[in-house]
Amino acid sequence: MKRKHKRLTFVIIAMALLGIAVGLVLMAFEENIVFFNSPTDIATTQPGPDKRLRLGGLVEEGSVVREAGSTVTRFRVTDLENVVDVVFDGILPDLFREGQGVIAEGKYINGAFQASEVLAKHDEQYMPPEVADALKKSGQWKGDETMKTQPQENK
Amino acid sequence: MNEFLEMGGYAAFVWPAYGLSAGVLVVIAWLSIRDLKNTQNTFEKLSGEKEKSK
Amino acid sequence: MADLHRFANPTRFLKLAGIIQPWALAVFLLSITVGLYMAFFTAPADYQQGESARIMYVHVPAAWMAMFCYTVMAVASAVSLIWKHPLADVSARATAPIGAAFTFLSLATGSLWGKPMWGTWWVWDARLTSVLVLLFLYIGYMALQGAFDDRVRAAKASAILALVGFVNVPIIKFSVDWWNTLHQPASVIKMGGSSIHPSMLWPLLIMAIAFKAYYVWVLMVRMRQELVANKVRILRLKQVHGG
Repeated sequence: MKRKHKRLTFVIIAMALLGIAVGLVLMAFEENIVFFNSPTDIATTQPGPDKRLRLGGLVEEGSVVREAGSTVTRFRVTDLENVVDVVFDGILPDLFREGQGVIAEGKYINGAFQASEVLAKHDEQYMPPEVADALKKSGQWKGDETMKTQPQENK
Repeated sequence: MNEFLEMGGYAAFVWPAYGLSAGVLVVIAWLSIRDLKNTQNTFEKLSGEKEKSK
Repeated sequence: MADLHRFANPTRFLKLAGIIQPWALAVFLLSITVGLYMAFFTAPADYQQGESARIMYVHVPAAWMAMFCYTVMAVASAVSLIWKHPLADVSARATAPIGAAFTFLSLATGSLWGKPMWGTWWVWDARLTSVLVLLFLYIGYMALQGAFDDRVRAAKASAILALVGFVNVPIIKFSVDWWNTLHQPASVIKMGGSSIHPSMLWPLLIMAIAFKAYYVWVLMVRMRQELVANKVRILRLKQVHGG
């Protein structure tokens, strides 16, 4: 019984230490684990034109402009605080639409984000189309608000 | 029926997802049962030999 | 721990397994039939993702099982290390390949879902990467179990790996909350209630029951196999030592 006790204590202490160590490592690498930056991050850090990064946020309502005769699309990405202009030449994913979350990969050059790839990010809500319509009609729609990229920074 | 199979244009993604899942689950179950049978056979053969040698 | 050790007796366990196994199979067959029917015929298409959202009914239960199996493996490994309970190592060993299969399925079905919706098969975000790490942990565990001739040493080394790797499970679960990821946050288990419409939640839960029953059934088969294999090993040893 004594030995079992020892082993139990040992396993618990080892697991606790391991947990702390992993937590510290994750905190140290925070910057690299973050998959995308919000428009606010871009506005505050002003990254240089050579730095590849990902921009995440909502496609601003009414901002999408498709250039005639080419595959170039211009739109604005917002986190409801700051807005970044995005230019993309290529095929957009099925889920890309206004009010929808997107992540664009590319470079921030002269005040505009030149995207080489655009991915759609969807929220955690699933419902039939009729229910979504009913919610929108009755004014209870809050779908897009859950897409804020950094809820902890909301004022 | 055809409309069902088309999955609103996502047939190429929905059906492979289900097919792959079914395939993997069947293979794991089949391998597990086959292993059990083989080991049981080996055990019976070995314990049979032991009986004989007595 | 006297109570626990009662079940250490393999004959007692085998009796129990003999009862559980047909029930698990029955639950699996019933729930997979109902679950698949609901997934394809009663569940509606999603308001944004359309019919592609039906991938959810295999993807999400597979991902849950991937984490559940690893948790079982880690708990069993702790019991094996601390109390040296013989069935603990057997159950962890038997769980590993099933968990690895579920992890593979969650990655593969997620990829098939991500391509049409996100626009990519794969991204290195925190959620996807941590699940890939989980798959490697399973593979490492199985490799380590097979790497030793001595079963006691194999059990010990692999139990330590399973316990160390367990830190990855909460990381997977909370990755979508802690970091910005392409993967969306949790829908079913979250504060303030689930954000899936009931017509889609029910098939999801029934499929989850089906996957769990499948796990129990295969686990019983695999544990029985491990126990018979132990007996074979003992018989062979006896023969070598002039039986």
